[in-house]
Amino acid sequence: MDEQEIYERLTKIFEDVFDEDAIKITPELTAKDVDGWDSLTHIRLMLTVEKAFKVKFSASEIGKLENVGDLVKLVKSRA
Amino acid sequence: MKSLYSELEWLPRAPEDFSARVKALLSVEGKAGSEFQSLALHALDLNQLTKLAKALVKARSEGKSLEPLTQFRLAVLSNSTIDMIVPALVASAVRYGIALEVIRPSYDQVAQEALTPGSKVNSSKPDAVLFALDYRALPLRLSLGDTEAAAASVQGAIGYIEALRNGIKAGSNAVCIFQTFAPPVETLFGSLDRALPGTLRHLIDGINRQLAELAIGSGDVLLDVAALAETVGLADWHNTPLWNLGKFSFSDEFIPLYGDHVSRTVAALRGKSRKALILDLDNTVWGGVIGDDGLEGIQIAQGDARGEAHLAVQRMALDLRQRGIVLAVSSKNTDEVAREPFEKHPEMLLKLDHIAVFQANWNDKATNIQAIAEELSLGLDAMVFLDDNPVERGLVRKLLPQMAVPELPEEPDYYARTLAAAGYFEATAFATEDLKRAGFYQDNAKRASLQKQVDGVDAYLASLDMTITFQPFDATGRARIVQLINKSNQYNLTTRRYTGPEIAEAENDVAVFTLQVRLADIFGDNGMISVVICRPGDAGVWEIDTWLMSCRVLGRKVEHMVLGEILNHTHLAGIRKLVGMYRPTDRNKLVLDHYARLGFAKVSEDESGLTRWELAVAGAKPESAPMNVVSQGFATARENIVA
Repeated sequence: MDEQEIYERLTKIFEDVFDEDAIKITPELTAKDVDGWDSLTHIRLMLTVEKAFKVKFSASEIGKLENVGDLVKLVKSRA
Repeated sequence: MKSLYSELEWLPRAPEDFSARVKALLSVEGKAGSEFQSLALHALDLNQLTKLAKALVKARSEGKSLEPLTQFRLAVLSNSTIDMIVPALVASAVRYGIALEVIRPSYDQVAQEALTPGSKVNSSKPDAVLFALDYRALPLRLSLGDTEAAAASVQGAIGYIEALRNGIKAGSNAVCIFQTFAPPVETLFGSLDRALPGTLRHLIDGINRQLAELAIGSGDVLLDVAALAETVGLADWHNTPLWNLGKFSFSDEFIPLYGDHVSRTVAALRGKSRKALILDLDNTVWGGVIGDDGLEGIQIAQGDARGEAHLAVQRMALDLRQRGIVLAVSSKNTDEVAREPFEKHPEMLLKLDHIAVFQANWNDKATNIQAIAEELSLGLDAMVFLDDNPVERGLVRKLLPQMAVPELPEEPDYYARTLAAAGYFEATAFATEDLKRAGFYQDNAKRASLQKQVDGVDAYLASLDMTITFQPFDATGRARIVQLINKSNQYNLTTRRYTGPEIAEAENDVAVFTLQVRLADIFGDNGMISVVICRPGDAGVWEIDTWLMSCRVLGRKVEHMVLGEILNHTHLAGIRKLVGMYRPTDRNKLVLDHYARLGFAKVSEDESGLTRWELAVAGAKPESAPMNVVSQGFATARENIVA
């Protein structure tokens, strides 16, 4: 799966999780930039990503993510 | 089969435009409760539940009326993180007609909140308090092989829970909902853990048993989470990464299921459990179609895989009746044909005595179900309708949204399990009066009479997006044509049986007009559902030798469309008149008025009941129905002449 496809699918996932369709998904995007992206929503986001891409992340992998770019790399390394 | 539970497979799938519809809820003028409920009645995942709950909280904060939903205040006390669970509870409760307000104190404040009279929970005067505790909340110590210490440990845990309960009773007198504890999967010895006092498994077994007794004896309520976890599999239920990450006590995969179970418990407390089960017959109560397959042909025998599956449905219906659920029948059949298996089939477990209202006729099922509701004096929101046919389910759900209509899998093996999984008959207590209830309704039930048709059948038919395909007989369709001709009994005007070679002959005879008809709709392809053979009679006349149709597509105006197609071909063949015949058998009363309904005039009737009918092609105006028409494979006029 190439990065562009992952970004496209993430856009839909972000809409779903944050109930907000105007989020622009970029590699630099972090939790600070999005309203409602707290630690709990972060877990819900990770669970949704896991389900959508049929992958599993460890707790420590989730903890290490700095921004969306990291997430895409993690997904790409698995899917 | 785990997905039956994790995906709530008895509910219809969520619509594609779910998010847009949730947004639209906020602009509903006036009472929005029913709109919320109709969205909640789908199988929703965690994100969808979260969205719906958010919309409900917003609507409430804006002062919108949520009627006709019933208000309920539920306090949740937990030793784990319930932030993802709370929205799921709110949205799932809407499915059961309840506008839930959840009160929750800070994380892990169970004892403080329960025991302090003026605590947040006690001062909010909840209707019920849910103790969403996990085994890790209990003061358990291993005491391997030490029976006394083990008993003391169990007593300690029960004492702790009792103290919490007493605190709530004193502080707010709310109903308490206790959860049984899902045991961890990791064993110490292995199988010995179950037997040896003082192992974690042995302790939790003991606590669950005593907790059940405590709840049933005190008028409080039990939520059997241990059974739920065992049903879906303990290894999947306990999600260690999620516990490590944020103290989530079970896997997110089962939050929708858990939310539904809490909601059905709350609904049962508010008297919203269902009280009657309406059964379809053909391919639901038995395998096959009684009108076509006959008493010997339906599958209901023990030892036969298909028969066993349907017997399981009957067994479940009987068990439900024993606990007070009223049984009724709604079937598209001739009454006496539908009753025959109940009266004469030796393997049938259900007897006519068990059925409070028996509705077998050719009306649409929504009309019949309303008649049953009136006859039983029960609301539609108290009834469940079980039917293998997705079109019937869709019709009833659309016209009677208060009815519970479970989706069923293709395989009848899972019918009974799916019905049970849906939890329509959840009860928090059992009284001996319940045992008599089914009989009570039955005594009062007279045969329901049908007057008014339910509105909106046409609109529903249009929503099915049907495509009807007409073709002349061909080699590809031959086997199915022969099968239909030899099997159809009910919607069959002449019941003439033909062999394969005879059909091949008709296929090749240019003077004979033949039709094979297929129907597809949003639920899929129904395959070939009608067959017509017209043979040349007097000059300019077609005699309709054979006209049959599958009862599966009854009530969709297929026969009108077929007539239209026949008429379209009369012009090319120079036909001016159609002659039809109805030959009565003991199975085909259904089509007694077939030609009358299509605008034919009766020209004769003999003492056997055989009637002959005519329709002049000029001026014939067949009714049309909302479906796409495909007509293919017919010879053109020129080819006809050349041949």
